[in-house]
Amino acid sequence: MAETVLSIEHVGVQFGGLHAISDMNFQVGQGEIVSLIGPNGAGKTTAFNVVTGFLKPSKGAVRYCGKDLQGLRPHEIADLGLIRTFQRTSVFPNDTVFDNVLIGLHRQGKLGLIEAILRLPRARASERRLRECAAELVRLVGLEARAQDLAGSLSYGEQRLVGVAIALAAQPKMLLMDEPVSGMNASETHTFVQLIRKIRDSGVTILLVEHDMPMVMSVSDRIVVLNYGRIIAEGPPDAIRANPAVIEAYLGQSARDAANKVASHA
Amino acid sequence: MRRIVPLLCFAAFASVPLWLQDPYLLNALITTGIFIIGAMSMNLLLGFTGQLSLGHIAFFGIGAYVSALTSLGFDAEIFGGYRLVHAPYPPVAGFALAVVIAGLCGYLVGRLSFRVRGAYFVIVTISFAEVVRLIALNWVELTQGPLALTNIPSITIGLPGLGYLTLKTKLQNCYLVLTIAGIAYLLIYGLVHSHYGRAMRALMENETLAVSVGIDVTRALTLTAVISAAIAGAAGSLYAHYIRIIDPEVFAFISTVTMVIMVVSGGKGSLAGPVVGGVIFGLLPVFLRPIMAPEAQWIAYGLVLVAILFVLPRGIVPSLAPKLAFAFRLAKPKPVIASERTAEERP
Repeated sequence: MAETVLSIEHVGVQFGGLHAISDMNFQVGQGEIVSLIGPNGAGKTTAFNVVTGFLKPSKGAVRYCGKDLQGLRPHEIADLGLIRTFQRTSVFPNDTVFDNVLIGLHRQGKLGLIEAILRLPRARASERRLRECAAELVRLVGLEARAQDLAGSLSYGEQRLVGVAIALAAQPKMLLMDEPVSGMNASETHTFVQLIRKIRDSGVTILLVEHDMPMVMSVSDRIVVLNYGRIIAEGPPDAIRANPAVIEAYLGQSARDAANKVASHA
Repeated sequence: MRRIVPLLCFAAFASVPLWLQDPYLLNALITTGIFIIGAMSMNLLLGFTGQLSLGHIAFFGIGAYVSALTSLGFDAEIFGGYRLVHAPYPPVAGFALAVVIAGLCGYLVGRLSFRVRGAYFVIVTISFAEVVRLIALNWVELTQGPLALTNIPSITIGLPGLGYLTLKTKLQNCYLVLTIAGIAYLLIYGLVHSHYGRAMRALMENETLAVSVGIDVTRALTLTAVISAAIAGAAGSLYAHYIRIIDPEVFAFISTVTMVIMVVSGGKGSLAGPVVGGVIFGLLPVFLRPIMAPEAQWIAYGLVLVAILFVLPRGIVPSLAPKLAFAFRLAKPKPVIASERTAEERP
């Protein structure tokens, strides 16, 4: 594995008596596309919330590029280049798509208050640069035709693309995507997979949570399977596909028997 | 176009004192102008970050008292027998101090309440205003309490070597208020159109997402509160040096309500909103006075507000602006995007 970017070390999360995550331990290496899968309620989104500082883990540590994220607030974690997208509510609905991306560029536009208000030359130059940048990102996700429409008026699939553009605008070194293709049809998903590859090829490490199995299998370098807050399997797509524990988690014990039967017949 | 409309409005306001000679009307115009500055500062918080400051008059009153005390001088015991003696400074220094100290108070209130926000912010601001009012009422040695601070000097402007001018007449004060209002408008315009303004809008629309792209909520809100409070303080200072007598009544809750009415009826979140709402509700009593008894005036006041919000629920400017194409850009300017689009559409 290449240099480790994100390392989740024996993380546990407890909500009252419920162990949302009991003991999670895995690494993501530089330039990898890793998927986190598991049945509903397995703790995937909770894991995302822990990594991005929206939730404090009850135990364990999250390290990003060797730095312990303990106690950092979400915007500080974002400042480190660890950016996420959300399962739902992924846009600023009352702004245009273009402005959505412009807001995402916040980290790059930091200026003194005085020069920003008085629009001194440096502020104007920075603003122009941000606008060029935003236009480029809108093009990258393929929404240039909708750039001037309110983000809230877009279809669900298009809103996900806006969410990705906003996340990319924050210049991630690592991108966490929470169910990015839910609500997309097959052709949209196909385009999206190419987009994810393009993002990875530009040097961004990617951690995905997704339910769409064909998509996960085709895009991932490695898959981590969660069930009841525990990691039950980890490995490349082919190994996961054949893993009996995974089949059981998704389809139940009898399905595993059935799968074995099919396998023995074959 | 976007620049022309506010400029025309400004010119229209500037021309009023030239043809309006009636001192009573001029007086109403000046106090209305001062309250419009207060309303603009409130709109910055309420309209652009969604935080309702129901004690906004506290910053106004603090500005008034700081400015008055700086220019009058005082001799008061701070604590433990230590006395603070202050010789009178020129009113301009009072104005500057009023802005700074009101801004500091905005910082304190913001720091205290923005970790929790929403209803908590409303409560903290109300309490803050009440505490400040009680201090002004009871620290008689410093503020004269209910006896009021009197003989506050008028503002004097000028530069060493060029001569000085004391703004005593209504005409001069009218232009002073207009100038400060113009500066406040430009300041707020610059702020909400910078990336700070974008961060504010983002927080109001979708806070979780805003935080995830690295926007610091507490910092953005506190910054807004500081600027808003400082502008309110400036308005308070103008008030003190124009009326030339202030008592703890400047902290009256009804004044905050008046500002909220100006902002909400004019349209929160639009730059022109508080100006439009302020002109209507600031001058309404003046026009109602000859035709109605004072009690009936308040009823009419309420009816006008209900009527406006019934017909134009989002406020006058945001509701009417889309119908007037030019005014739309005034209300919610999205300048460069328009050019962006034409650039993209060009083959």
